[in-house]
Amino acid sequence: MVKEELSTENRPDNTAFTQQRLPAWQPILSAGIIIPGFVLIGLAFIGIGVALLVTSQSIQVMEIDYTGVDQGSPCFKCTDSTVSNCKCEIEFTIDKLFEGPVFFYYGLSNYFQNYRKYGASKDASQLSGDLDYFTSPATECDPYIKDNNDKPIVPCGSIANSMFNDSFVLSRLINGAKEVVPLDGKGISWWTDYNVKYRNPSITPLKNAFNGTVKPINWPRPAYELDTSDPANNGFINQDFLVWMRRAALPNFRKLYRRITEGNYADGLPAGDYSLEITYNYPVLSFDGRKKVVFSNVSWMGGKNEFLGIAYLVIGSLCVIMSIVMLIVYAKFKFPDED
Amino acid sequence: MLRRIFNRLLGGDERRVDSRTIYIGHRSCPASEAFIPPPKFCDNRIVSSKYTIWNFLPKNLFEQFRRIANFYFLIIFLVQVIVDTPTSPVTSGLPLFFVIIVTAIKQGYEDWLRHKADNEVNKYPVKVLEDGKPVDKDSEKIKVGDVVEVKENETFPCDLILLQSSRDDNTCFVTTASLDGESNHKTHYTVPDTEKDLDSLSATIECEQPQPDLYKFVGRMHIYKSNQEPAVRSLGPENLLLKGATLKNTQKILGVAVYTGMETKMALNYQGKSQKRSVVEKSINAFLLVYLCILLSKALVCTTLKYVFQNKPGQDEPWYNEKTQREKDTNLYLKMFTDFLSFMVLFNFIIPVSMYVTVEMQKFLGSFFIGWDKDFYDPEIKEGALVNTSDLNEELGQVEYVFTDKTGTLTQNNMEFIECCIDGFQYKYHDSSSELDGFGVTYGPMSKLQQKAGWEREELFLRALCLCHTVQEEKGFIASSPDEIALVKGAMRYGFTFMGLESKTMKILNKNDVEMYELLHVLNFDPVRRRMSVIVRTRSGDTLLFCKGADSSIFPRVKLEEVERIRMHVERSATEGYRTLCVAYKCLSAEEYEHADKGLKEARLALQDREEKLTAVYNQVETGMSLIGATAVEDRLQEEAAETMEALQGAGIKVWVLTGDKMETAKSTCYACRLFQRNTELLELTVRTLEERGRRREDRLHELLLEYHKKTVQDSPLAKTSWSVGNQDYGFIVDGASLTMVLNSSSDSNTSHYKNLFLQICQNCTAVLCCRMAPLQKAQIVKLVKNSKGSPITLSIGDGANDVSMILEAHVGIGIKGKEGRQAVRNSDYAIPKLKHLKKLLLAHGHLYYVRIAHLVQYFFYKNLCFILPQFLYQFFCGYSQQPLYDAAYLTMYNICFTSMPILAYSLLEQHIGMEVLLCNATLYSDIAKNAMLRWPPFIYWTLLGVYHGLLFFFGVRLLFGNLALPDNGQVFGNWSYGTIVFTVLVFTVTLKLALDTRHWTWINHFVIWGSLAFYVLFSLFWGGIIWPFLSQQRLYFVFANMLSSVSTWLVMILLVLLSLLPEILLPVLRKPRGPHARQVQLKQTRTQTLYF
Repeated sequence: MVKEELSTENRPDNTAFTQQRLPAWQPILSAGIIIPGFVLIGLAFIGIGVALLVTSQSIQVMEIDYTGVDQGSPCFKCTDSTVSNCKCEIEFTIDKLFEGPVFFYYGLSNYFQNYRKYGASKDASQLSGDLDYFTSPATECDPYIKDNNDKPIVPCGSIANSMFNDSFVLSRLINGAKEVVPLDGKGISWWTDYNVKYRNPSITPLKNAFNGTVKPINWPRPAYELDTSDPANNGFINQDFLVWMRRAALPNFRKLYRRITEGNYADGLPAGDYSLEITYNYPVLSFDGRKKVVFSNVSWMGGKNEFLGIAYLVIGSLCVIMSIVMLIVYAKFKFPDED
Repeated sequence: MLRRIFNRLLGGDERRVDSRTIYIGHRSCPASEAFIPPPKFCDNRIVSSKYTIWNFLPKNLFEQFRRIANFYFLIIFLVQVIVDTPTSPVTSGLPLFFVIIVTAIKQGYEDWLRHKADNEVNKYPVKVLEDGKPVDKDSEKIKVGDVVEVKENETFPCDLILLQSSRDDNTCFVTTASLDGESNHKTHYTVPDTEKDLDSLSATIECEQPQPDLYKFVGRMHIYKSNQEPAVRSLGPENLLLKGATLKNTQKILGVAVYTGMETKMALNYQGKSQKRSVVEKSINAFLLVYLCILLSKALVCTTLKYVFQNKPGQDEPWYNEKTQREKDTNLYLKMFTDFLSFMVLFNFIIPVSMYVTVEMQKFLGSFFIGWDKDFYDPEIKEGALVNTSDLNEELGQVEYVFTDKTGTLTQNNMEFIECCIDGFQYKYHDSSSELDGFGVTYGPMSKLQQKAGWEREELFLRALCLCHTVQEEKGFIASSPDEIALVKGAMRYGFTFMGLESKTMKILNKNDVEMYELLHVLNFDPVRRRMSVIVRTRSGDTLLFCKGADSSIFPRVKLEEVERIRMHVERSATEGYRTLCVAYKCLSAEEYEHADKGLKEARLALQDREEKLTAVYNQVETGMSLIGATAVEDRLQEEAAETMEALQGAGIKVWVLTGDKMETAKSTCYACRLFQRNTELLELTVRTLEERGRRREDRLHELLLEYHKKTVQDSPLAKTSWSVGNQDYGFIVDGASLTMVLNSSSDSNTSHYKNLFLQICQNCTAVLCCRMAPLQKAQIVKLVKNSKGSPITLSIGDGANDVSMILEAHVGIGIKGKEGRQAVRNSDYAIPKLKHLKKLLLAHGHLYYVRIAHLVQYFFYKNLCFILPQFLYQFFCGYSQQPLYDAAYLTMYNICFTSMPILAYSLLEQHIGMEVLLCNATLYSDIAKNAMLRWPPFIYWTLLGVYHGLLFFFGVRLLFGNLALPDNGQVFGNWSYGTIVFTVLVFTVTLKLALDTRHWTWINHFVIWGSLAFYVLFSLFWGGIIWPFLSQQRLYFVFANMLSSVSTWLVMILLVLLSLLPEILLPVLRKPRGPHARQVQLKQTRTQTLYF
């Protein structure tokens, strides 16, 4: 109000910025750039597409559904939930060498591991070996925090409780005799998961850490006895457990079960008859789910995926066609940029 | 407004009276009436601040949450806190908190500044007379009735009645530049015959209650002398010194406070500027509504499908995902409701809180460029452009109507006496070399053309010029109207020099003699009468009245035969663009003078209806005069006025000239500015055309309106696309009186009908001239156009206090830092030194601002649509369980960090077309007219683009996940990998999309675009590279790094980004016009066209 006019000389600064005259690159997408650019991109894409397709073609995949929905299927007998410790056996034939290393997956369909409540139902502190959370697990684990006797469940929560517990023995039938194919259970989960993210409590023997706790309701054995053959593969860093704990993104998913990398089978599964003995524990029919096993080998691009190669081919050829169309159009109506 | 009412309620005593009584110096009066304790008046404290320390927090928060957007985010936040929702309250709470804090700090700072300014005023030291001695006090301590001493160049601390002045003639000089913008010195008078010794003065003042009109004041002073009847003196505005005005040329004055603090005329005139909102903001709100509907329907669809899905056998509660006891107990409908809320929360990012912040920042920072522009710098006044509000930057690019004042805006308001006419003979001043000063050189009679009038008439005319004015002589001439100075200087050139006014005696130097005249009365100028007069007495005792004024106001008061001689000259001068005034005189006989004198004095003393009474007396006195001659004064055009007007018309803007000046003068200015061309057909709707056939005005009005309407609207169906070749241009001229008839016709049905016709005619004319407008009529016209069909964007530009009303009324108000003070500048949204700057302000700055903000808005909606769409689609694959696709960190930071800077930089720096090109090609301005970039088609385009991108991201990655394994070690990726891949593609696509749209890559653009992408990658690596102790779940631990280890993922990301941008690359190429156009134009058009989406 009483403010007097300040500063007599208030000429604006004459800098490039204040005058909006910063040196600037002003690209114009013109036909002269776009057409060659499209040709280049198109060709590159076609090249990649071809490489992807060829690679994808060479990848072998074999899927076997063992849910046992059909009455005739070998596992039908196990679908009855009253039968416990049910075993069934599926035989299959490989026509030509299944090149190694062969990866052995199990797959579940219509199984929503990505339910929000389900996904939240775990206690990360507990799983990183913090003993405080053994006695009082996080509330997210509800309804699997404590059992009926008010004892804390470790590992708590729905994910752990619903861990996949079918097991498989793969044998090759050589002249009627079974030769068990050695399965490698190491390195099937993320390295960072079993080395950093998930930790067992630093108490030896591991069993003692679990004093006063109970195993998840659906588990046959407590966490410290998950792998009876390898004591180091127990507790929260059990590889199967880790694979299960990494939730699948979609309701039809596959998870890595074993790798076939040893002995006679290091180069792959030779042609011949095989039998897969399944310990059938995991019920899926109640929610109309399916179970299957998948054998596959992988390449530089990972597993088999025709989509990627086709997409690249289509887009690549599209680019080339576009540039040809543009070329024709511009040839006809003259290049406006070339005077 | 509210405050005023509030103050009235508090300040005005219970007994509401029309006047207040003030005891000077708080002394009770010895008169018969008992001393009534004066009612409490408010103190002299000015409060313009909004908050105090105590109420800042609640009041500010309340005001912030009154904004619909903030309220929405608050609701979302509360829902997240109360209901078990998929994302943590932090994701929406943090941005909201940030916005609220930043706004609060900004408003707090502004209020602190106001507090400081208030304090400066309130603590200003003043001298108050106590027991005859001046005592230092704070300004806020002044009470009504205090006698205050003010020194030269100090501002008055409150409204004072002048009691004593250090000048001999009991006057003081004042400038009211900060009040009404008039920078001339005004004379104020002490109350006549008050005693010199204020100590013994015992008087009361009775005056009206405070009212905001600066020029009105009515009061009475009762002076009590011992043993005498109290003397009564009338008080008028000439006795009142207003708070805010400054004392000039007077050593010191003493005055008594009558109005203090918030009751002063200045405080009552202080009006909070009404909030102007831009069209862009309206578009944002419309789009917001659409997105809100999208959000609601998404949530609704998901909720419905969730319950449909759960009805399938085994899906409500599969054994692996048992419900908790609480869930089982919850009522089904309540569950549905919370599910709905959860979905809302999950998708709420579609309406980004950050958009508001970015828009505000863009406007705030962007407005600096106007102030910084050195092209707006005027070396004469040593100032550049001034931005009073940053809210309307983009509106500058949308202007459809420009309403401009004439005097001082189109013209320089720098008057020069050009010629005169005495008794029908024309005199033109030839000697241009002596223009500086007329002294000496121009002795002798004026150079005559063919014949000349008698020398008595010449001298009478020149004396009239010398006497009939209110000019003061203070080292040069000072006057409220530049015309008067021009006239006095003109008379000087012909040998009659006005020497000044000393105690009611006017001295004129005629050649070598000094003539003395006693000034008896000044009949002030007012815009209604449009004339002013003086009554003087010569040495010989004759009483003369000299009157000068507009032809229309003088002609009816003089003899008809005299008029005929002069009229031709006046009209010719007017068509040449000169301002004309007629001069008349009259000899008053002794009786006549006595009668007039009595009438004038009576009217001046009247406490009620003083104005009306005065006017009546004036009219009575100013009759029967004889016309001496007429003057012509030139008002030069502003620099580049014609070029500017031409550019505006080229840009498709319609220019209306609103002026108080007479039609002929205004018309010639319009021709000079090329608003009217030689081939423009002029349609006149003025008093003259209305009266020409001697019929009732109403009938003629009806007839004319229909005729013009037929001409402009019906006969030229292509009138909308006028000013193309071959079309007849029309110019429309209307004057104030006719306008009043159009707007206030006798019957209501006619009014709306006439209004419509009038508007349609105006809209089909290239230029409209409204002359003889009162300030309020100017605002009326602006309002009329503003509210017409299509609600066009209006801009008013003016320099004087009389333009304030239209500046406030229009969408954008521009003030010119001209000669008529600062009133217009203070009330404007933008102020520029010269009219010519308007061209760059609109064509370059306005255009760029509009393009920038329009793109900003569209881009923001687009990038949030394609951000949230995959999350929505994911619900179909996770059993509608509200599982977020992205990690909370990504959800929160997407709008704040990853994608905010590039668009902000774009919206500040983009020049899709260079400034020079914009200035040279005015037509480019019309390309973005009518909010072209924020209409529904481009909005739908952007929305479809967002949908396309969202679908592509989600399903592209979905197909990728058909793979057994993504890395070559056969391991499997989980849901967070899925989200991270989608998110990475998203961030790269939206950033590169902006890069494609950027036509002006400065280093800043490079820095923020590539920097944002690099930041995203680094952040993701870092975020996933550490076990964060404060996070309960390490969801993203090594997800990003693992993702990068897969070749397929890389290939998919490249593919998706390219596929998303492909249409963007192709469109501009395919749109390129393929005709034999000049390359430059093509280039520009492609560049603009690419940007319209």
